[in-house]
Order: sequence, then C-alpha cells, then structure tokens
Amino acid sequence: MKTIIYIVQKEFRQIFRNKGMLPIIFVLPLLQLIILSNAATFDIENIKFSYVDHDRSSSSRGLVENFEASTYFNILNSFPSHKHAYEAMEKGEVDVILEIPSDFHTQLIREKQVDLGVYINAIDGSKAGVESVYINQIIKNFNRNIAISTTGFNPLQNQKIEVLTVPSFWYNNTLNYKIFMVPGILVLLVTMLTLFLSGMNIVREKEIGTLEQINVTPIKKYQFIIGKLFPFWALGLLIMTIGLLISKIIFAVPMIGSIPLIYLFTTVYLLVILGMGLFISNYTDTQQQAMFIAWFFVVIFILMSGLFTPIESMPDWAQKITLLNPIRYFVEIIRMVMLKGSGFKDIIPQLTIISGYALVMNALAVWSYKKTN
Amino acid sequence: MKPEETVIEVENLTKKFGDFTAVNEISFKTYKGEIFGFLGANGAGKTTAMKMLIGISKPTSGEASVTGLDVFSQPDQIKKNIGYMSQKFSMYDDLTIKENITFFGGIYGLDRKTIKNKIKQIIESLGLEEVANKLVGALPLGWKQKLAFSVALLHDPKIVFLDEPTGGVDPITRRQFWELIYKQASQGTTIFVTTHYMDEAEYCDRVSIMVEGKIEALDTPKNLKTEYKVDSMDGVFLKLARNIE
Repeated sequence: MKTIIYIVQKEFRQIFRNKGMLPIIFVLPLLQLIILSNAATFDIENIKFSYVDHDRSSSSRGLVENFEASTYFNILNSFPSHKHAYEAMEKGEVDVILEIPSDFHTQLIREKQVDLGVYINAIDGSKAGVESVYINQIIKNFNRNIAISTTGFNPLQNQKIEVLTVPSFWYNNTLNYKIFMVPGILVLLVTMLTLFLSGMNIVREKEIGTLEQINVTPIKKYQFIIGKLFPFWALGLLIMTIGLLISKIIFAVPMIGSIPLIYLFTTVYLLVILGMGLFISNYTDTQQQAMFIAWFFVVIFILMSGLFTPIESMPDWAQKITLLNPIRYFVEIIRMVMLKGSGFKDIIPQLTIISGYALVMNALAVWSYKKTN
Repeated sequence: MKPEETVIEVENLTKKFGDFTAVNEISFKTYKGEIFGFLGANGAGKTTAMKMLIGISKPTSGEASVTGLDVFSQPDQIKKNIGYMSQKFSMYDDLTIKENITFFGGIYGLDRKTIKNKIKQIIESLGLEEVANKLVGALPLGWKQKLAFSVALLHDPKIVFLDEPTGGVDPITRRQFWELIYKQASQGTTIFVTTHYMDEAEYCDRVSIMVEGKIEALDTPKNLKTEYKVDSMDGVFLKLARNIE
C-alpha cells in the first residue's frame, strides 16, 4: 500500500508539473465539448432551394412563398429553365429544385390535382430524405390552404376525414440535438483522454528507461499497475465532473436521473479504458506506436458507438461488433440516465457487461505486463 | 583482496534470441567486496548477461545464483539485495533530486524516516545542497550519474550492477565516479561493472573479457597483462578480439 502511494504521488507531481500537458488535459477537451456539441447537429437547415416557375401565376407564387416562409430553406434565384437549374445543381450551387408546370394554376382550379417536379441532390442520402419530408410537408400545407380558398368554406365539412398524426416527442420534446449529443460527446472525451494518457504514460517510461529501473526493484506487479492507473482514473472522474458542469451550465442539458449512478458507471467504465491503455502500452515500444494503436481503436469505437449513427440502423454484423464496444454502453447509459431518468435497475445489464469487460481487460493487462522478458 | 564469500555464481549461463546466441555458456564467480569488471566490445553480450543476473531477462539455460538466490526461481528476492544503474540515465528529469530519491526509496519499501536520512546523506556527500530542489533534467550528466549511483545504493544492496556507468562524461568526473565506487567496495559492497574504457578496467580487482557471447579471459588486470605479454589492458583486449577474427 505504501509503495502504491509513492507511485501515485510521483505521477501526480509529473502530471501537474508538465506545463505543456495541463492545458491539453483540461482545456482542450472542454473546448471540444463546446465546439463539437454545437457543430455536430443533425438538424438539416439552410437547404439551398431554387425553383423553375413556368406558370408565373398567383398560385405558383403562393407555393414559392410557402417555401420562403420555412426556416429550413434558403431561397436562391429562380431559374428560367430546367436546364439552367440542372447546371446549377451539377455545380453544387443548389440542393433542391422545384419545377412548377405552366398549367399549374388552371389545373389546380379545374382538376384539383397537379404534378410538381421536385429534384433533390441525393449524394448525402439521409439529408435528401429529410429534405424530401420537409418539401412534402410544405406542399401538403399549401394543399390544405388552397383547398380552403377554392371551396370557400370549412374544408373539413365536405372533404374526406383526414387522419392527422400529432407526434409527441418524449425525453427530448423540443428535439434539441445538443441535449442528445452533449452527454455522448462527453463520454467520448473522457474515453479518449484516459486511454491516451494511460497508454502513453507507461510507454514513455519504457522510452526513457525508467521502466527498466523500476523492474529491477522488488516492486510487485499489482502495486505498479494500481499506482500507475489510479492517477488517470482520478483524472478521468475529474474531467467527467467538469464536463457535467459544462453540460448543465452552458447547454442546460437536463439531468433527470441520478448523478451518483452516472459516477458509479464511470468508475467501472474507466477501469476498462485504463486496462486497455495499459494493454496497448505493454505491446508497444514507443509513444508513437501506442498513439497509433489507440487511435485505431478509438476511431472504430466512436463510429460504432451509436453516438453519431443509431446502432439500430447498422447492418446485423456491425451491430454484433458494437457489443464489444465499451463506448457504446456508456453512451447508452449516460443518455438513459440523464435524459430519461433511468434508475439502477435499468442499467444493470450494461453495468454487468462493463464490469465483466473491466475484469477481462485488466486481467489481460496484468498478465501481459512482464517485469522479465 | 582475499576471495572468501561468493556473491555471484554463474554456471554455463546461456541466452538465445531465436537462432542468435547472445550469451554462450558463461561461467564465473564474484566475491564479496570485489570490483568485478565485465568487459567486451559492443554487442559482445555484456548487457544481456547482466540483465539475466538482475532478473529482468530470463536465461535460456544454465545456472546462476546471486547473493545465494536462484535467478530462475527467486528473482524478486534477488532484487531486494541488488542495486542497478543502467547505461541510459534512468531517473525522472521532471522531478527534483529529492523527489527522485523519495520515489525510488519508496518503491524499495524504505520508510519515510529512512528516506529523509538518505536524502540528507546523499545531498551532503555529493555536495548537491544548492540544487536539491532543482529538476534533475537540469543537472550536468556527470552529476546525474553520481546521483544515479547513489540512488542504486539507497536500499544498501549487497551487490550493485553498473552498466557502462561513465559513458559520455569527462575524465575528471570519471575519476570522481571511480572514487565513489572504491569507497562503496571498501564497505563490502560487491561492484559488478561493465565498461569499454580500458583504463577503467585497470581499476578493477578482476576483469572478465567477453567476446561474441563467451568469456575469453578472466583474471586480475596484472595477470592478464603478463599472460598476454602487453603493458596495458588495451593490449589484452585487442589481442583477444583479434584472435577471434
């Protein structure tokens, strides 16, 4: 125990003495949290919208006005012909083209039905999907209004009954993406920082030769490992705390569930990450190698964590891989607890998995750390 | 020097890395209070042999005991009885002299009071009063090496292993360093030192010369010079190395 305290003391001295590292540990992640949370939004806005109006009637202008009124669309110039509009899309100047046929107004009055041409740049498929929904909504709205004005009285009386869906969004009722993203990004930062710092730290001792010096002392493996990992474990919790404060103060993320529960999970989760860091450092000789390997895993973990893309929409095999991803569980839990108010019972499955993971990871790390070779 | 108590006993010790035999069946004995020089060209296997004795490299075959303990089965007990100073300076540049001593004392299991006394003692004997609270990284190499030697002796080991301890320092500092070694040996500590400075070999009680993984000669510097009919250790070394080629 005394030996461990000496190592911990030394690590903290080194961490807090390193003037280059301190801002990297504390300032950068928080900047990232603030910037990423504001930037990584899935709201699709500022859609570059243009139209070709062959009709130039009051109805066609009315339709375009409906688009102008929407906050999602930025109306660019109209184009005189389909060809011009198409060229603009080729150049990437517009995302959406609405083409209004020349008999729009007359058809609308006479037939009560008319076809519109809508062209969407679908290089980004999911964006195109969302755009299509927005466009349909606006046109539907326009339909209802035009129906009122052409019939002149309440359309509900003589129109067939329409079923209206009134969605109610639970847990994040304003559909604020920041509230969804902030907890997830916080998980990411805590993970990256503790993984890199712990992995780098032991390899660094290898590089400067102090690890060999430690290996010739009678120190026990477990003393060394606990002494080495404890400071980063504490650091991880500290960063988590600062991140939670920022989430609350700057982003006003609701914290419905119990904060101690989040800490309980973080505590175990950090053990997984630290074990991983140690494991990586046991199989690398330079900080560079360790950095590359850590990055390799982190990138996979992030992309397959459900942070940016829902796990449910991944192919089956990919979903199975995410089961091995510790970040996945933490992202799930932090969202569940903070936004939904899940209690201890709800997180037992994830907590069990992550505890098992911590056990396996650290067993591997201890086993692969060799004082002798 | 009367050879009495054996502290290192090595019998046919071998280390192979795949097909390459770094250390090839070496055998020798080292006695208490002796300065044992372990010589050889770069790549002759000195460091590898030393690493087996200090318990950070597992021998492929053979037998070896250090302070009466077996290197195969009792490496951790051996570590309590030995000190080690590597050819790479291996203290923390970003810690002060005091902090470095505290840390290494701590992991050798010394108590706070002993560590405090050791700090005082080391700082006084090396004349480091003015820089005691400075970062080790700022010290000149010669001072660092003297400090590393003192740290290797923190826990009063029976043997101290020095791997090319004076690499890269000026002759005066080397001289001072050897004075420290003599002083320590006179107190009964066995000094096991590798070097490729042949003038340093003259300071040793006995030297062994390794060539390509084997010990080719082992005796006092005086006897070796007589045997090879040369007047310096340099001559002995060159003759041996040439014979092999």
